[in-house]
Order: sequence, then structure tokens, then C-alpha cells
Amino acid sequence: MRKIRTYQDVTHDTDSGLLEQVLDQQNRLADRLAQVRSVVAVASGKGGVGKSAITANLAAALAARGLALGAADADLNGPSLGRMLGVSRAQLADRASGVEPAQSPSGVRIMSMEFLQEEEDAPLRWREPSMGGFIWQSTLETGVLREFLGDVEWGELDVLLVDVPPGTDKIRRLLELVPDLDQMLLVTTPSETSRYVVSKSVRMAREAAVGTVALVANMVGHTCPECGHVSELFEGDGANRLEEESGVPIWAELPFDPRFGAATDSGTPLVITDPDAHSSRAILALADRVEEHVGIRAGDTAGRAGS
Amino acid sequence: MKFLCVDCDHVMDFAERQIPGDGTLAAVFTCGSCGREIAMLTNPMETQLISSLGVKIGGREVPAQPMELARTSLEGGRDDAFALSEDIPLASGGPATRGEGTSAGEATAGRIVWTSEAAGRLERVPSFVRGMVKRIYTDWARERGVSEITPDIMDRARTELGLEGM
Repeated sequence: MRKIRTYQDVTHDTDSGLLEQVLDQQNRLADRLAQVRSVVAVASGKGGVGKSAITANLAAALAARGLALGAADADLNGPSLGRMLGVSRAQLADRASGVEPAQSPSGVRIMSMEFLQEEEDAPLRWREPSMGGFIWQSTLETGVLREFLGDVEWGELDVLLVDVPPGTDKIRRLLELVPDLDQMLLVTTPSETSRYVVSKSVRMAREAAVGTVALVANMVGHTCPECGHVSELFEGDGANRLEEESGVPIWAELPFDPRFGAATDSGTPLVITDPDAHSSRAILALADRVEEHVGIRAGDTAGRAGS
Repeated sequence: MKFLCVDCDHVMDFAERQIPGDGTLAAVFTCGSCGREIAMLTNPMETQLISSLGVKIGGREVPAQPMELARTSLEGGRDDAFALSEDIPLASGGPATRGEGTSAGEATAGRIVWTSEAAGRLERVPSFVRGMVKRIYTDWARERGVSEITPDIMDRARTELGLEGM
């Protein structure tokens, strides 16, 4: 049998430069994120735990302190972050150096698939071919997320929050693009199912050596607005168990509050409209922790945020 | 991806790329030793997989544009999602319909102007990708010392750059 050289044996390139093009993409992303002091992912692995609402409130809380804030909606198939922050149909300035992000009334710079789609109720669809989507769709969506992070003129940011959709594969997708992620906030609930799913995300974050990993326990009890009685929404103690078993600390516990969802539905996070609400206070405490781990306080960022 | 001429044990070089517009792609590679040519033909699914990487077989003739992958791949993109950062400078003397006329002096000083016919053709490009397409034509003209973009220049650039549908 003839001996044919393997790909690794062949050092001469074909002049197609595919590898160089991929490296160029990575360099552009790295250059853009070099202007960001801290990239913070808000993820879970589990769906329906309130990631986007928490991201919107946390972004608004940090921006209100004078930090330069960006928020990237990595949920391409179910975008909602723009709407939750009061921006739904922004027009984005188109420059050779990048696309200008939208800006929320609370001062958060946002990029979301919401801004690119014509019809509100249209599911995300890519151009032909319709067959074989399972082969190329994940690759394409990773590339589009790379563009959301790297081709948007975020400018100098103190914090770039990334709202990560459900599924540990989506967390991995982000980690491949941003391997030196500073913080990952993993949103969970007291349910046992949530503990089970989020534990996988904890492990993934640890294996990727994410700088700081913390839990955010959402829907921890429900306070009756009439009598103040606190009732449990979930049986079990999954969030605390996850903290004990994994050693990952809980940074905030948010009670279930219908106003929290209603406020983000209206485009103004509750942390802005009612900062004294129990949920808002939890978000503000979370903002404290995030800020501490960025290593910045409002005082030493005022100059840049105000410039 | 590399192609090896087995008889010569020589790595073949990229020679030409053709995009017929039906979702397929043809890329020609040549053996620098014996001159043999082969064409790699990809079906629409394979072509999509390559373009999903945001790369061009044979290399890029123009730099990657901001959000190029999203703009060229998204079905149902919002027509007014992107705002052009500047008006199109129209050549003086033409039936200008928008923008300011530009003197010949400005053109020779490095500013690229568009004839009204070329500007009209650009207007027909969906605005979702118009800013990106405008930059590609302008950069192509600037690199070749062309000071005025006409429909003929657009055709030449399109052919040279393989810009299907632009």
C-alpha cells in the first residue's frame, strides 16, 4: 500500500489561509474584549430560572452606580434582554470599526438578536439550505455570538454581562469564545431538578477555570403581598445543597415576586422602579459582590464612565 | 483542508473559486509540480458548513466586515436595523438625488464618489447589508486608485471579489 502523507506531515499551506482567517477572528474578539475590565456570564444550564430578568436588573443596578455597562444577549433563539431593558427596535450605527450597540434608558449598552429581526414573532431562521441544519447551525450560531461580542463597538466597559441561554452546551460555546471569563453567575432555584442540572454547569465552569463562580438562588419562597406570610414555591433545598456539595457560594437569594417579572416585561427593571423591594435589595447585594470581584468601586471608575 | 497530488507528493495550491449562485461552490487547486488541476465541488450543505465558520476558501479579498456572518446568514433581517454612518458622496454634475455633490478635487484627494446610477444600484441592496456592501466597493476602489464608482466598476469589483448578489 502506498504511503500517503498525513495532514500533520504536510507543512506547506494551500494558500487558502483558513486557519489564518480563524485566528484573525479570534484576534479581533480578543482586541475588542481587551477594552472590557470584566466579562461576567449569567448562566444556569437550566431553563426558566430567571436568568434574563436577573441580568437586566443586575445591569441596570451596576449602570446606576456609574459603571460602564454592556449586556450581550447570547440567547439568539429566544432574545429578550433588549426588551427587558426598554429597547426593542433600535437602529444600530454601522461603521467600519464595528456596529454601535443600542443604549437603554438606564445607560446599558446592549446587543441582541431582537434588534436584527424584522418580525417579532418570527423564529430565528438562517438562509438556505434548510437540510442538514444540525450539522452547521451550532457553528453558525457560535460565529454570530462571536460577532455580538467582537464586532460591536462596546467601547471601554467596566463590565460586560452575557446572558447565556439554557443548556450546558451554550456555556461551553461562550467559554470557547471567552476562555478567560472573569465571573460566572449560575442561576438556580430551590428545586432538586435545578440542583441536578446546575451542578453540571458548576463542574463545567470549574474545569474551565473561570475566575469566580457563584450561585444566585431565585424563587426562594414567596411573600404574600397581603399578609406577609412566606410560603415555599419548591419542596426541597436544592440551592443550599448545591452550595454545600460544590463549595460554590450563594451570592444572592431572590424571593418570587410577581412585580419582578412585570417590571422587566414593561422594560424598566424593578431595581430601578422600586429599589427597596425585597428582590431589588437582593439584586443590589448581588451587584456589590460582582463589583467586589471585578475589583472596582464606583469611585475609581467615575472618570472613565463619565468621559 | 489540504490537497495532495499523490503522484508528485506535492501539496496543491489554491487557484480559483467560483460561486455559481445555487448554494454550491467550486474551488480549483493546482499541483505546482505537474500542473494537474482538480476542482473541489461542495453541495449546499457543505458550502453552508464552510461559510458558517466565517471563512472563505481561497482566502479573503476584502477584510471581514462587522457582523458579516449575521447579516449574510439571517433570514428575515430587519430592513432598518443598521443605519449608514455617512451619506453616499455623489459625483458632481450627475442627477444627484441625495447627498452632497463632490468636486473632482475631492475625489482625487482620496475621497471616493459614486455616480447617481451606482448610488441608485446600491440603494436597491437590502439595507440590512447595504453598509457592508458599500464599504466593500469603496475599499476595492480605493485600493485600485479608482476615484469614482460607476455601475461598471461595481460589476468589475463583484466579479473580482466573487460577491454574489451584491
